[in-house]
Amino acid sequence: MVDAATTHAIEYTINGERQQATVPARRLLVHHIRDTLGMKGTHIGCDTGSCGACSVIVDGRLVKSCMMLAAQADGTAIETVEGLAPDGALTPLQQAFNEQHGLQCGYCTPGLLMAASFLLRRNPNPSEAEIRRAIRGNICRCTGYVNIVRSIEAAAGPAASERAA
Amino acid sequence: MTTTAPPQTETWKGQSIRRTEDRRLLQGQGEFTDDVWMHRQGYAHFVRSPLGHARIRSIDTSRAARLEGVYAILTGDEVREMCPTPFFQIAPEPGGRIAEYPLAVDKVRYHGDAVAVVLAETRELARDAAGLVDVDYEPLPAVVDTVAAADPEAPLLHEQVGSNVVWKGDFDWGDVDWALENADHVVKIDRLHFHRFSSTPLECNAAVVHWDPGTDTVKVQSNNQMPMFASMVIGPTLGVASNRLTFSSQDIGGAFGIKIGSYPQIAALALLSRKAGRPAKWTEYRTDHMLSAGHGNERVFLDTEVAVLKDGTILGFKTRAFDDAGAYLHYEPLGAVIWSQVCCGCYKLRHIHVDYTETVTNKCPTIPNRGYSRLQHLWFLERVVDVVARELGFDPVALRKQNYVQPSDYPYETPNGCVYDSGDLPRSLDMALELIDAPKWRERQRELGRGSGKRIGIGIGSTLDSGTNNFGQARIINPNLPFSGNGEAAFVKLDLYGEINVNLGTTPQGQGHETTAAQVVADVLGTSPDAVHVTAGFNQQQNTYVAFSGTYASQFAVTGLGAAQGAAERLRAEIAEVAAFALQAPIDEIEIRDGNCFVRDDPERAIPFIGVANLIYSNNAVLTPELRERISLNCRYVYTPPFQVPDPETKTGNLTLTYASQIHACVVELDEHTGEVKILDYAALDDCGTRINPQLVEGQVHGATALGIGAALYEAFEYDESGLLQQASFYDYHAITALDTPDIKVGDIESPSPFTPNGAKGMGEGGGAPLHAVCSAIQDALSPDDAIVSDSHNPWERVWRLMRSGEHGEPRGVTVASRSDAAGSDATA
Repeated sequence: MVDAATTHAIEYTINGERQQATVPARRLLVHHIRDTLGMKGTHIGCDTGSCGACSVIVDGRLVKSCMMLAAQADGTAIETVEGLAPDGALTPLQQAFNEQHGLQCGYCTPGLLMAASFLLRRNPNPSEAEIRRAIRGNICRCTGYVNIVRSIEAAAGPAASERAA
Repeated sequence: MTTTAPPQTETWKGQSIRRTEDRRLLQGQGEFTDDVWMHRQGYAHFVRSPLGHARIRSIDTSRAARLEGVYAILTGDEVREMCPTPFFQIAPEPGGRIAEYPLAVDKVRYHGDAVAVVLAETRELARDAAGLVDVDYEPLPAVVDTVAAADPEAPLLHEQVGSNVVWKGDFDWGDVDWALENADHVVKIDRLHFHRFSSTPLECNAAVVHWDPGTDTVKVQSNNQMPMFASMVIGPTLGVASNRLTFSSQDIGGAFGIKIGSYPQIAALALLSRKAGRPAKWTEYRTDHMLSAGHGNERVFLDTEVAVLKDGTILGFKTRAFDDAGAYLHYEPLGAVIWSQVCCGCYKLRHIHVDYTETVTNKCPTIPNRGYSRLQHLWFLERVVDVVARELGFDPVALRKQNYVQPSDYPYETPNGCVYDSGDLPRSLDMALELIDAPKWRERQRELGRGSGKRIGIGIGSTLDSGTNNFGQARIINPNLPFSGNGEAAFVKLDLYGEINVNLGTTPQGQGHETTAAQVVADVLGTSPDAVHVTAGFNQQQNTYVAFSGTYASQFAVTGLGAAQGAAERLRAEIAEVAAFALQAPIDEIEIRDGNCFVRDDPERAIPFIGVANLIYSNNAVLTPELRERISLNCRYVYTPPFQVPDPETKTGNLTLTYASQIHACVVELDEHTGEVKILDYAALDDCGTRINPQLVEGQVHGATALGIGAALYEAFEYDESGLLQQASFYDYHAITALDTPDIKVGDIESPSPFTPNGAKGMGEGGGAPLHAVCSAIQDALSPDDAIVSDSHNPWERVWRLMRSGEHGEPRGVTVASRSDAAGSDATA
């Protein structure tokens, strides 16, 4: 029941910045990111860990931040969509989403960018099947995934290296 | 995201320039409703019925109210006292007698019906407090089937209506009795069922509502997609004048029609805010969304009879349609006429009789969902055509082409007075079949022998996406409704330093309005889209609007862009007039390009936009009094389509301005052991007239296709007998994923509409073509003695049963009566 009395002091980094906070034990990480830190890029699309709109990277692993308590973030390094292009210049992946029309309403986009970033770090040259498997936990209702897959393909492998050069 | 200049002869219209919206959305800088925060806000949570149908004996809020941090609680009884009147009803008698308030009063009528709402300091606390509201229910028997609901003995939802039948109408065009008498074959189909599902936008409904005592206004920041409709429905119920009830939104995370339906909650939040003296912030949980945000219409077609000549000409049909509106009428019963925009679909059927009954049931209220009311009917027609082909031995491709409206027929007037504007359906079908290489799959189908455990089927879905409604069709439902026509507003101005700014009456949800409006305005003003700023989102206090404003029903390319073009043309004329004055040249010699006005044969004589703006905004003493009086550089334009009022007696009229078409072709593989349906190939051929931004059109085609495939194979809302929803989360409701979606091949034809300012047609809904194509393909893969595909939803188990229906001798759901002289005729060739 109502148990806000139990709180935890936590310390973590988010997009490289050190943070300290005292959080109610029951507070979800996604609500901490959105409501306490005021970072609005991480979205919520369901309450069952199904949709992936809240995906962030915690200690190098892709995590649905509605499936994790804020208290569990103690001592971790968190990355969110706001951290992808801190200086405002879009990353090759973000550029590819723009060029390939990989987003419409943009609500699922931050989660997909995190899932795709996670994939490309581990596998810079994924096949279409690997891309589809990697984003199966992210629901998009606008694009039919066609241009999302194209965006990730365009950002992967040689195209990504060329752009970086 | 910079755009490059087109060659001189080209226009920005027609180019796939990249979206200006993307930068903020890609960086997490969008502003969705849950991102809105107000000083002193509380979080709202609704208390919802755990039962399908029950009397409310009592509600005890005392335990919840005792929690520290709970600001206010509202119940239905209190709401009834606060509201001068229930929500306005579109339906005439008897459906019009329904008295719906922002919260349930006396009874709950569906699983998820809201009985109370709590405002508290945090999200978690609001939810906890809602759990402590004690409601004593007396369960009542439920009715969850629309045909059963029409039975006078069925449990009654709204006692004052006297029946669950809320609207009934006879649509009778041509002479169907003559057609059935003179047909060579009459194909009779027992029952076809179009199931319930929803596009379930990824962002749930949300609103921040502030009843501000300081200004005595109600400020609604929400993701409602048809805010003027919401305003007109809830204003009287709240007792608030429309100029004191203001809606706004910036980014909306998908809507698909579903977000027309959030007005009852917004009204409840307004009352809650008034009671608490605080802004009420509400973000729907996904479970709440699935239970109560609105589902697409479910429809049953009984005793269909189709009149067919031996040469394959389909004369027409008659059927009894039952539409399930759910527990309350939200936007309904408009669906009872909207299907008739496409009464004959893609075909030249001249004799149509639909006996249409709309009922309430103990299920979530329906709300327009992508393809609203037309996709149910188009699915029905495509099933009819496929069943006719199968039963009479026609090739489904040839039968379609023979009966399609032909390119030479446009403008084609349907039996109910609608006018199809343009298109090339036979060529679209050919192109779609080419994209999937149909002959290859036919060959593969033949090669697959018995015992392979697999079957292959090829299917077609032919659809029209009718766009730009004539709201006068509402009078066919209720002759007393003072609605007709349609329109959208836009405002284009030259700002203080000569910048171009556009605002629209629309509420975009991913369709790229900022980008495409900039393309259209740039063409008119001779500049680049980069030089045109389109205000993001909608704000009733700043933007211009009409009562039809919003984003819904496949019309932005016509109404929204028509308005932007009209406003830009007005601004261009004003700029030219100021320039002519400043340059002392005749106005017809003024040219405008790249932010400059100059004299045609003497380009040295020029004035930039900043100079024009200066004269009007801050240097007006140099102008003539006449120019000062008349020119503002602030230009509003309302685009209105050329409609007349339809005839409620004959149920005829021009109900829609444009008809985009989508012809889909798909190949499925059925697994005989499991019933799994795998899509092996898929193509969508789109014709939406002139495309303003082809890449965005393609994106819409992809999206509509995936949602349709999802609905055909995975997504369904089903209720048990007591009225409990079985799929109330994304665990149970399998929203289609990247793994389930095939790579969708897209082709296009551009048949410009002769009726629109830019040749474009609305096309966002897509007509539900994948439902038709997938059902058609499954049918094609079944044996001739198997039952027909009679449901729009075909999960593995249903397909598994269908594959065994023939050998088990189950009823096939179809019979054919042929005249003796037609037996063994050409029809079986």
